[in-house]
Formats: sequence, structure tokens, C-alpha cells
Amino acid sequence: MGIDWKKYDPGEFYDELISTPGYARVPARHLAAWLRSLTQEELQMRKLDAELAIIDKGVTFTVYSDGENIDRAWPFDIIPRTMPIREWRNIEAGLKQRLQALNLFINDLYHEQKIIRDRIIPKSLIAGSTGFRKECIGITPAHKVWAHICGSDLVRDSDGTVYVLEDNLRVPSGVSYMIENREVTKRILPELFENNNILPVDDYPDQLLSMLQSITPNRRARPEVVVLTPGIYNSAYFEHAFLARSMGVELVEGTDLMVDKDDCVYMKTIQGMARVDVIYRRIDDLYLDPEAFIPESALGVPGLMRAWRKGNVALANAPGCGVADDKVVYSYVPDIIRYYLDEAPLLPNVPTYRCNDKRQREHVLANLETMVVKPANESGGYGMLVGPQSTAIEREEFRRLISVNPRNYIGQPALTLSTAPTLCDHTVEPRHLDLRPFILQGKDTYVTAGGLTRVAMTRGSLVVNSSQGGGSKDTWVVDNEG
Amino acid sequence: MLSRVARRIYWMARYIERAENTARLVNTYYFLLLDLPRGTRVGWELLPVITGSYEQFANHYQRHDERNTVKFLLADSFNTGALISSIANARENCRTSREVLPGHAWEQINELQLYATAHVSDALPRHGRFRFLTEIIHRCQQLTGLLAGTMSHDHTYDFVRLGRNIERADMTTRVIDIGAMSLKDSVESSSLDVHVWTSMLRALNAYQMYRKDVQHGVHCADVVGYLLQNDYLPRSVTHCLDQVEECLGDLPLHKDTLKPVREARRHLSRIKPGTLDAGTLHAEVDRLQVSISAIHKQIRDTWFP
Repeated sequence: MGIDWKKYDPGEFYDELISTPGYARVPARHLAAWLRSLTQEELQMRKLDAELAIIDKGVTFTVYSDGENIDRAWPFDIIPRTMPIREWRNIEAGLKQRLQALNLFINDLYHEQKIIRDRIIPKSLIAGSTGFRKECIGITPAHKVWAHICGSDLVRDSDGTVYVLEDNLRVPSGVSYMIENREVTKRILPELFENNNILPVDDYPDQLLSMLQSITPNRRARPEVVVLTPGIYNSAYFEHAFLARSMGVELVEGTDLMVDKDDCVYMKTIQGMARVDVIYRRIDDLYLDPEAFIPESALGVPGLMRAWRKGNVALANAPGCGVADDKVVYSYVPDIIRYYLDEAPLLPNVPTYRCNDKRQREHVLANLETMVVKPANESGGYGMLVGPQSTAIEREEFRRLISVNPRNYIGQPALTLSTAPTLCDHTVEPRHLDLRPFILQGKDTYVTAGGLTRVAMTRGSLVVNSSQGGGSKDTWVVDNEG
Repeated sequence: MLSRVARRIYWMARYIERAENTARLVNTYYFLLLDLPRGTRVGWELLPVITGSYEQFANHYQRHDERNTVKFLLADSFNTGALISSIANARENCRTSREVLPGHAWEQINELQLYATAHVSDALPRHGRFRFLTEIIHRCQQLTGLLAGTMSHDHTYDFVRLGRNIERADMTTRVIDIGAMSLKDSVESSSLDVHVWTSMLRALNAYQMYRKDVQHGVHCADVVGYLLQNDYLPRSVTHCLDQVEECLGDLPLHKDTLKPVREARRHLSRIKPGTLDAGTLHAEVDRLQVSISAIHKQIRDTWFP
């Protein structure tokens, strides 16, 4: 006898698969019934198969520990997370709307700054932003798009509402794992793909390549696109190599590129110098060009900003787009959508209190125990205070941090993240998760079907980051409406 | 193809080949010394001399005995020519160009390194040496076969072949040099001659082929002629240079690279092994090594300056 869903109780949380003990939600019905039909041994065998597949395929991520880099096998749970297509279509439209508005916002900030003149956003916000680059003022990239690749984190609260938690616009990662998760699931649960209409995800590399080709500044039949990586020591190197390989383009390091006297970018090949048109860069702004930013950076390409500003090469994402990847700016996104698109936001933000506003700061400080406090410019879940799980000493420390630099902090009520059944050692238990879909914008806008589901593997934990012990699941957008 | 990737692939292939050759060399040399009469002046320190690392060896070790020499050639990571360093370098070059190589190549090279570091100390005493070195040779050959059998034979593979054959040609000249040097100071003795040249053939895995192709006995002139000029033996200098020439012709911008290869080939074909004594043989081999190094430099300057 396999999983007994009657004994699976998500409690007060919203569970993505099981609505109440014994009852699966519509898109998960086949899946739940099939899992119930497997014996424990069969289930463990499938789990083992998945682990072997991941090792075989060499799906790894790199963690830094004790000054060393260790390639770890990608942590994966075999039970997929499901999502009904009708709900997904709404999320998809909301994500497109969001990215389009954010791109109009970034473009405005580097030109007239109408949104500031119209007093929607305070000027001080931009002055205090670490992502704003004065080097970008006056530049207009192709299609006026700055953030070409965005990974937005979605969470579902206990009442079932899906919120956008943050928009990662700098160098979001994870999409290769989304594709690999599906590959593995197809290998180990082939029976399920016959009876369910699950939207495919493997068209992403094609979509990415056409988006990148659509922003080329040069008229050539076949624009030369490259992926620029900081190198093998980067935690996302696997993904950089994966994307380059699946798009069929070169994976380059900074030293492979040079900017010549004509301010064009070339890569050093065995045929000689080859002109580069579009660079999908996976290096942070400040390391891109030692001439323009950090002079000691050995990762970048001297003169790259010059070439970009002259319009001889496209960079994705464009430098300076990180200005919109700021948790204080995030709190204004609904206003930004209304301002530029004159539409109501389709996806809600998590209610956010800005600490640079006196009244809102007082609210945060008075409710530290029930709030999550985040620094404006960190990623990967670092530097946060999770109120309900914090100690008095930690709260005191954040009280001090907020009063020293209020612009750098926001507070949000701690959401109760939704759960999904996850195969633990011998049982299936609810674990908290989020979802990171990837949105592309060039000439057109595209959203992945689903995204990367990240799951906190420890009971009760809300931390889903793989660098901090999180795992992942395949994500199924299920179309059973025929 | 990126220049950086070409450089790494070329060096990966050279280091794999160098690791195999080093293992073979240490293995055969040991058996050669067993066969030589007691009191022969040939000693272990000849190996560091031949592999061009004598100075470093002498700086580090006072006693030039078997144990120190073998340790230096196999296990000392400060010696960039040591077996363990070649394997580490092959692995590093593979690791940084994984995206153009078959996945299994990376796995195997990784396992090779794990095996070598875990077991190299077994090879210091005589009784464990044979097994260790044989295993290393097998694993290197497996890798070479895996690359040949699974990679597209495109430009990337051309650089694998270039690296492998340059390294092979170089090693063959060094092995011939060992033969020349070990006989240099000895009085004319045909029985010693046979032992030395048989070992040299074995060091290049060429003994069996030699017996098949050259019907009359093992003599210096015949062996040297065979190892330098035979068209079919995979480790003869001529064959290696032919392979190099073929690969070069495949690659873009190859015009300047063909010149040094053709010069080396001309020089090779003019050598008359029968007329050489140990001293002049050494001088010829020296000139050949300079030519091979010139080919390497031209490859480097053309594709990965």
C-alpha cells in the first residue's frame, strides 16, 4: 500500500495538491491516485532513479564552504507540484504586465524621470538606490527594454492568494533546473505524462535565443549571440554552460572578449576575431567593465560599456536595470503599473512597509515579531529577519540596523507559504514552497509554463534557497479542461 | 571555436598523453635496470635528465636513488612533469572546457585523478608499482579511446589530436635519447644493446610491431630507424608528424603552421640511422626536439596567442 492521503494533513496551510485530507485538487487527481497505487518500495525506487538520473546528467550547483567550491548534486523531490491552467493564464498575464511596466519605468528613470516629476515616486528613492547607474542616463536600448530576463518569486498565502514576493532583474538563475527537473520527471514518472495534459517547458532555450536575437543592434542575417560567464567558480556555472549549449552559442569568459578601437566587441576564436552582437551576461553590473566600474575586476571586458553606449553591442540584461530590483522600488510596482499602463495590477504585491517613511517604520518596529524584514538590495535570502522565528537579540539588532539606514529596509507581514506533499525519508509530508517563473521581453514577451518550484526540505522551514538547503520540484501546469 | 577552448583542449590531450607516457617510461626503465649487468653505470637519475627536469630534481634530492627518482617522477606535485601533476593538469583543462566535451570524458578524467592521488604512494615500493602504472596506462588509453569514439571529429577534435601527437613525437625522441645515453659510456657490447633497445621499444608499446615489421633482430640502427621513420607505427615520429600535418590542414589560418612541420619531416627523412653513434644520435634527437617545439610554438601563436 502506498501513500495514504487521508493521513496527509497540511493543517492550517494551503496545500497545492491536497485540499483536505484524502481529497486531491483537480489538477493533481491523477497524480495523487497514481502515487497511492505505488507501494513504498516502488516509490523509493523511483526516488533512487531520480537521484541516479541527476548524477548521470551531471546536474549540479556549486556551494562555497570553507573557502572551497563543492559541486553538489541538485536536490530534487519526485512529487511534482501542480497548477490549474486557468489560474496559470492569469498569473502569466500578470507577470507580462509587470515586466512591461518595469521596463517602461527603468527607461523613464534614465530619461525624463516623468514618474518622479509626477510625484508617484520620491526622488530620494533613486538617489539612494545602489542599482542606479549614471553611466546609463540617456541610453535607449532596443525596444526600450532594459530587463530582458526576469525571474519573479511567487508565493501563496493560506487563503490561496498568489502574491509576487520579488522581481529578480539582475542575473536571475534557476531556469536550467526547471528544464532538467522536467527531463528527470519524464524519465521516472513516464506513465503520468500519457494521461495528463501537462504544458511543456523545454522551449525556453529557443525563446531565449529569439529574444536575444531580437535585440541585436546590427543588421546581420545571423546575429552572433554569446553567454558571458564569470567562470567555473560561479555557483551558477552549470546553468551558464547549459544555456549556451542548448542555444548552440559560445560560452565566453571576459578574457575571450575584447573591445577594439572601433568600439565593437570581438571574441577571440581560432578563425581570428569574430564580431559579437548580443551578450547574455551573467556577471553583475559592477564587474562588467573595469574601465567603467570596479577597476580590479578581472571578470569583465575593458571598454564593454563604451561599446554598449555606442549601440554596437546589446547587453542582456542591460546595465542599470537593477534599479528596479530593489525591495523599496518593489513596494511601488502596483503604482508603476497603473502609471505607465493605465491598468489595474493583475497580481498583488505582498503588503510592504517602507522603513524610510516614519509612520510605516513605526509599524514595522512595533510588529517585528510577526514581520519579515528584508534589506533592499540583497538576494539569496541573506540578511533577513524572519520575525516569528527570531530571537529577542536578533530583533534588537534589526531595530538598530533599521534606525541607522532606514532606506535599506522594508517590512512585510510573514506569509504562511503554501505546501505540497514531499517525499521525506519514509513518509510524505507537507513542505513549504514558492515558485519562480521566468519572463522574457525583447520584441515580444514570453513566460515559462510554470517555473522553478523551490521547496524547503526541513519541516516548518520557509527558506527555499538551494544555497541554504532548499530543494526543488517539477512544476506542472495541467490543462484538463480539454 | 574560442581560442581559450582550443588551448585547453590541446593541453588536456597533451597531459593525458604525457601521463600515459610517464607511466610507461618508469615501468620499462625499472625492467631495463633489472636486466642490465651489475655495475653498469646507467642509473635512475637518467630519467630526470631525459625529461628535462634534472636541475629541479637535483635541487630537491641529494640521493639520486630509485625511490627518490620514482617519487619525483610520479608523486611529487611540485614537479610539473610528475605523473600526478600531468593528471591534475589534464583534469583542470577538461573541467574548464566541459561544455565542448562528452560528459563521460569529464567523469573518467575525474576518476583517473581520484585513483591516481589515492594510490600513487603504492607505486613507490617496487611490488606495487607495476599494478599502479598499468592501471594508469589503461585509464589513459580508455580516455583517448572515449574521445575518439564519442566526440565529433571537428575542429575541437583536431586540437585533441594535435596535442596527443605533438606529445607523442616528443616522448619518442626522449625515449630514443635514453637509449643513446645509456649506451654512450659503455664499451661496445651487443648484448647490452639488445636489452636497452628492447626496453625502449617496450616503453613505446612498439616491441610486438617491431618484431612483426623488422624481421632481423634488435639493433640500434634498426630500432632508431623504426621509431623515427616508420610510416605506420602510431608512436613513430614520422607518423605523429603526419597526423599533425593532417590536422593542421583541417584548421583555419593554418598556412604558417605547416612550414615547421614540413621542415621537421625533411630533417627526419634525411637521418641515416646506420651512420650514427651514441653521440651523434643524441645530437640528432636534440635537433628533432627543437623542431617539435617549434611546431608547438607555431600552433600556439596561430590559434591561442
